Amino acid sequence: MTAWTDLGLLGVIVTDLFVLSTTRIGACIRALTIQGILLAVLPPLLHGGPGTSGQLVITALVTLLIKAVVIPRLLSRAMRDAEVRREAQPFVSMHLSGLLGVSLVAFAFWVGRALRLPIAVASDLILPVSLATFFVGFLVLVSRRKAITQVVGFLMLENGVFLFGLCLTRALPFVVELAVLLDVLVGVFVMGIMIHHIRQEFDHLDTFELASLKE
Amino acid sequence: MIPLALAVIGLLLFSGLLALAWPARRMALRVSATGMGGACLLGLIGSAQSLISGTAPESLRAAWSLPIGELHVGSDALTAYFLLCISAVSGLAAWYGAGYLRAYTDRRATGVTQALFALLLASMVGVVIARDAVLFLVCWEVMTIASFFLVTFEDERSEVRRAGWVYLIASHVGVTALFVLFGVLYRHAGGSFDFARLAGHGMQPGAATACFLLAFVGFGTKAGLWPLHLWLPDAHPAAPSHVSAVMSGVMIKLGIYGLLRALAFLGPPTLWQGEFLLGIGIISALLGVLNALAQHDLKRLLAYHSVENMGIITIGLGLGLIGQVRGNPTLALLGYSGALLHVLNHGLFKSLLFEAAGSIHHATGTREMSLLGGLARAMPVTALCFLAGAIAICGLPPLNGFVSEWLVYLGAFRGATELGGGAAAASVAVIAMLALVGGLAVACFVKAYGVVFLGEPRRPAVAPHDASWSMRLPMALGALACVGIGLWPAGILALVSRPATLLAGAPGTSLDLPATVAPLTSVAVSVAALVVVLALVRVALLRRREVRSAATWACGYEAPSPRMQYTAASFAAPVLEPFAALLYGKRHEERPAGCFPERASHEVHHGDAAGERVLVPLVLGIARWLGRSRAIQHGRLQLYLVYILITLIALMAWQLSRTPWRP
Repeated sequence: MTAWTDLGLLGVIVTDLFVLSTTRIGACIRALTIQGILLAVLPPLLHGGPGTSGQLVITALVTLLIKAVVIPRLLSRAMRDAEVRREAQPFVSMHLSGLLGVSLVAFAFWVGRALRLPIAVASDLILPVSLATFFVGFLVLVSRRKAITQVVGFLMLENGVFLFGLCLTRALPFVVELAVLLDVLVGVFVMGIMIHHIRQEFDHLDTFELASLKE
Repeated sequence: MIPLALAVIGLLLFSGLLALAWPARRMALRVSATGMGGACLLGLIGSAQSLISGTAPESLRAAWSLPIGELHVGSDALTAYFLLCISAVSGLAAWYGAGYLRAYTDRRATGVTQALFALLLASMVGVVIARDAVLFLVCWEVMTIASFFLVTFEDERSEVRRAGWVYLIASHVGVTALFVLFGVLYRHAGGSFDFARLAGHGMQPGAATACFLLAFVGFGTKAGLWPLHLWLPDAHPAAPSHVSAVMSGVMIKLGIYGLLRALAFLGPPTLWQGEFLLGIGIISALLGVLNALAQHDLKRLLAYHSVENMGIITIGLGLGLIGQVRGNPTLALLGYSGALLHVLNHGLFKSLLFEAAGSIHHATGTREMSLLGGLARAMPVTALCFLAGAIAICGLPPLNGFVSEWLVYLGAFRGATELGGGAAAASVAVIAMLALVGGLAVACFVKAYGVVFLGEPRRPAVAPHDASWSMRLPMALGALACVGIGLWPAGILALVSRPATLLAGAPGTSLDLPATVAPLTSVAVSVAALVVVLALVRVALLRRREVRSAATWACGYEAPSPRMQYTAASFAAPVLEPFAALLYGKRHEERPAGCFPERASHEVHHGDAAGERVLVPLVLGIARWLGRSRAIQHGRLQLYLVYILITLIALMAWQLSRTPWRP
């Protein structure tokens, strides 16, 4: 059981680093889909057992639906509509961002070791992986220019929070978990509308140019 | 006394709510003004009765939900006296304001203005009854913010917005000093914001000096003392006239109130504090009146006169402090009573003058003196009221300004004759300066009254009319109050003596204040009689003679026009000439040239020396220095996120590196 969970968590890290090192937006979205599937499978693997409650299954199914189906579809459509395929000029070059990503993962593992949680955690890897996903998502958010990749970064950041919540799943009520999912979905909708409008208004998706809206 | 003050606050707030909720705007003005007037009448009667009967200090504590401070209100003679001043001025101003705002009902949300006015009045009452620093500061801030919104009443004009910002910034610089002051006092009092406990602790001389300077900056900004007065000449002209009347008449006096309260927390007064206040008072009075003389805008002129009068009040306080330190209770009593009486007097005549200026603005649409003239015929009641206010502010008998200035003079003479050393020299300086300031004030009001009310209208097109009765009656009542105090000063001194004795602290004086001023009644009566006799002589001389109205002799010039009258600037110029070094005058001249000159012009503008030479460069320097930090505000989304990321990582690393490594 632990072997499978650890494998899944390592898969999450791999998708993190993959998103960080590719310029193709389609590939980013596919990596995000895989991450979503992994996140949907992890809770039953961690907390499930012979007496798996219905709630756990429902959460897993809803997570799968939203993170692996709905959101990637929305993103793909936004990409198609906006006719962008590549992250052309990231602020940080791909090599450097890979390097930064690896060091952030290392930092996350150090923090995960040093941080003491009040409750026992099912796997030693969860905490570092959740922080790593959080940091890498943040890095994507910071280093990319296109609005779609920024949404991808935001979603990874949220995945990190989701994983962190997984450590505390027994403490975190079911309703809160679902509400967070709903929030993310709404967030992606709003961003989709934003992307649409940015494109309509400026004919590009470069968020850096938004600085010209400053007073 | 406390239930009464709380009832006044409640009634004021209720009137404000009525002004907001009442559907018809004009009726809302009338109803809420009635409510406010009633509240002020209640406060006036209650505080006067408490001052006469001398009720013991009271205090009331209640629980409140803030983690710091306490809901502690109280009253003593000083509170009662300031409540009297607030009520007397605000009641008339509220009544006047209802008439003043009526012209704006179709253009503006006058209900909001009226509600803010009620809030301003209520917060002022709150300031004087608060006995806890937190409660005090809350009321103080509400007062500032309410008055800020009132100042920016005509916010579509850029100079009004600018005045509002200057006022807001100046007030917050002041209140920052107050925060620091009360923070220091809090520590000295062993962790209490209660006024009773703050007063009970002695301080080290160094800490007392620092606290005194903080109190001066904090309260002096509100009081408009030099050099912290810069907001005042902008804010008063920008505000509607009844608001200027209340701000100049009472609100800035609460700076004096705060200073008096703060002095009680600093332990025994010292000589230098008294001399410092004396010096600041002298500078404020002199520069205030000089700048007033240089102004062309009527309300700006009045605003600078507020600086002058706050200076006179501060001189009184300084004399009082010196008397206390040098063990001369008579001097202390004279100084404090002069200062306190001048607080009330200035409130009365300054609000009267601002209201008259507002009526002029209403009737003619301008406050620029060089466009006015000959208004005495069109607006006789306003002219008479302005004249009464002008005589009072110049400190001439038989009006009330004379009484309070006379008390300050008496104090200064006593200081000069009974004290030795520096204090005596300072007293002599006070006498000389007060005389100079009085003379300049007379010149200034001769100019203001002469240019605005006498002569011919400089702009022929406007046909002004006198203000409505709801504006004329409050002015007339204010003028009557000025005359009444001037004619019967013993009556008002009976009210002043209790708070003045409380401040002077020493009961060991045999000075009977009402008896001291009793002779002034005969002075006032004889001056009034002289005026009446002169008027009768004039009537007698003119009897059975032909009276004609004709143009003034124009030195043989064929076609004199009203524009050839003496202007405000030309009247003031010779008086200002010797003081040119103290003023920041700018002159633009285009001299006539050739045998047949086509055009020529001459303009003089006076800026504020303290402002333009010291404070503006200082503020600009600070702004430039702080402007460097704008580099981090670039509007780049990604970089903002980088800030968050870096902060997060740094905090995590910092916090976790302090915990031991877990293997």
